[in-house]
Amino acid sequence: MTASLYDFDRVSVTSGEVLRLRDVTLAIPAGGTTVVVGPSGSGKSTLLRLCNRLEVPTSGEVRFRGTPLDELDPLVLRQRAGMVFQRPTVFAGSVRDNLRVADPHASEEAMQRSLERASLDAGALDRTADELSGGEQQRVCLARTFITGPETLLMDEPTSALDPQATRAIESVAESTAAGGCPVVWVTHDLSQMRRIADHIVVLMEGRVVRHGPLDEVLGSPTELVREYLEGDDHGIQ
Amino acid sequence: MESSDIGWTGLALSLSLVAVALALSLWQGLKLEWQLIVGSVRGLAQLLLVGLALTLVFDESQPLIWSWIWVVAMLVFAAFTVRRQARRLPNAVPVAFVAHGASVAVCLAVAFGAGMFPLEAQTLIPIAGMMIGNSMRATVVTARSVVGDVAERSDEIEARLALGQSRWDAIRPVIRRAIQLGIIPQIEATRALGIVVLPGAMTGLILAGVDPIDAVQVQVAIMFLILGAAAVTTTIVGLFASRAFTTPDHRLVAPARVTS
Repeated sequence: MTASLYDFDRVSVTSGEVLRLRDVTLAIPAGGTTVVVGPSGSGKSTLLRLCNRLEVPTSGEVRFRGTPLDELDPLVLRQRAGMVFQRPTVFAGSVRDNLRVADPHASEEAMQRSLERASLDAGALDRTADELSGGEQQRVCLARTFITGPETLLMDEPTSALDPQATRAIESVAESTAAGGCPVVWVTHDLSQMRRIADHIVVLMEGRVVRHGPLDEVLGSPTELVREYLEGDDHGIQ
Repeated sequence: MESSDIGWTGLALSLSLVAVALALSLWQGLKLEWQLIVGSVRGLAQLLLVGLALTLVFDESQPLIWSWIWVVAMLVFAAFTVRRQARRLPNAVPVAFVAHGASVAVCLAVAFGAGMFPLEAQTLIPIAGMMIGNSMRATVVTARSVVGDVAERSDEIEARLALGQSRWDAIRPVIRRAIQLGIIPQIEATRALGIVVLPGAMTGLILAGVDPIDAVQVQVAIMFLILGAAAVTTTIVGLFASRAFTTPDHRLVAPARVTS
């Protein structure tokens, strides 16, 4: 039995000539919210997409709760590890239609529970999904993910296209999800957001993990490289 | 009614209309003179060569195998045309060849197997040609749409994959739309039969002196065959594309990363 949610063992990802992740060895804890931060192009999204096999390593191994990902059925894995993307992507039709894409046999109660978990009113079920605001659409994406019953939530910069109010709403859903026993892995380049929501952080630079651990521990004794990054960023920690 | 025989004199007279087009181009400064001359000469030369070859193939003493070879040559030409016009479709040549080959096989089996037409060079080559030509246009539309939409709607496809949908389910909306776009012009052409235009085969038969009702029967049968051929071809190309743009472990392969 492993205590980690994900284990990365010497993982590298190459795309064409570009090395996007370099020899990453890392354990993501099976509780709370782990925030993956780093500058643009540092490999954050690649690391997250490895977690549900939207991408596969060029070398090395990723394990989910101790089981190598290539031994798991990717379709089952993706329901266990739900993902929400940077841009809210709703499908044509109503919110109900969107939830039914995720689970064609979902009951009314299950759909309403998912909406509630995503902080959406149950009355939203019959609204046309692409007429909702960006923040509401992102919450529909969350509800759609919740209805598959995930064990963990993978969030790929889910608030980068949203206003501050909608951002807080999504953060709040993620916090209560993590508090409810469903660990969250959240990618962002926004360091103030990291400080708001992280229990653990992973700092990536140029495809390498330069520091990882509990938030307070990393911020309390950052390496020179991490301090430069944190202080050099416009969204630096106050 | 006398059959049409325009002869070389008639052909030369029809060239006078190219001269009219040239004059208009010069007058309006369209700068299309060279293209008009090259296009006309090339079209004339190509069709004369085809006419000569058809004369040889249509000779009753020649075995039917030459006609089948002609059909295969048309399939090869169609496959390369699809590749030229839809470059980012992976393995376009074999995919288009198989797709057109399968649709031609099905439709010719119906046309000749059911006795709609006698199986001879004079029917095989024109009917196969019309099916391949029309299917080729539908295939190019479908292939371009698939490639464009897989790139443009990759977020939607990956969102579906991330919910646990299989690669076939996740890409289906894109493929369905591409097939629709390929077939709809053919359906519209069938709907407009006789109203907007008198279609080629019927016009040709009427010009050749065939009774209009007989010409209509032939044309309708051919249009239905063409519709069936376009549907089969675009569906096969759609299925191949589903496979080409996804992996067996249900991941998306963006068209930009595909080398054709």
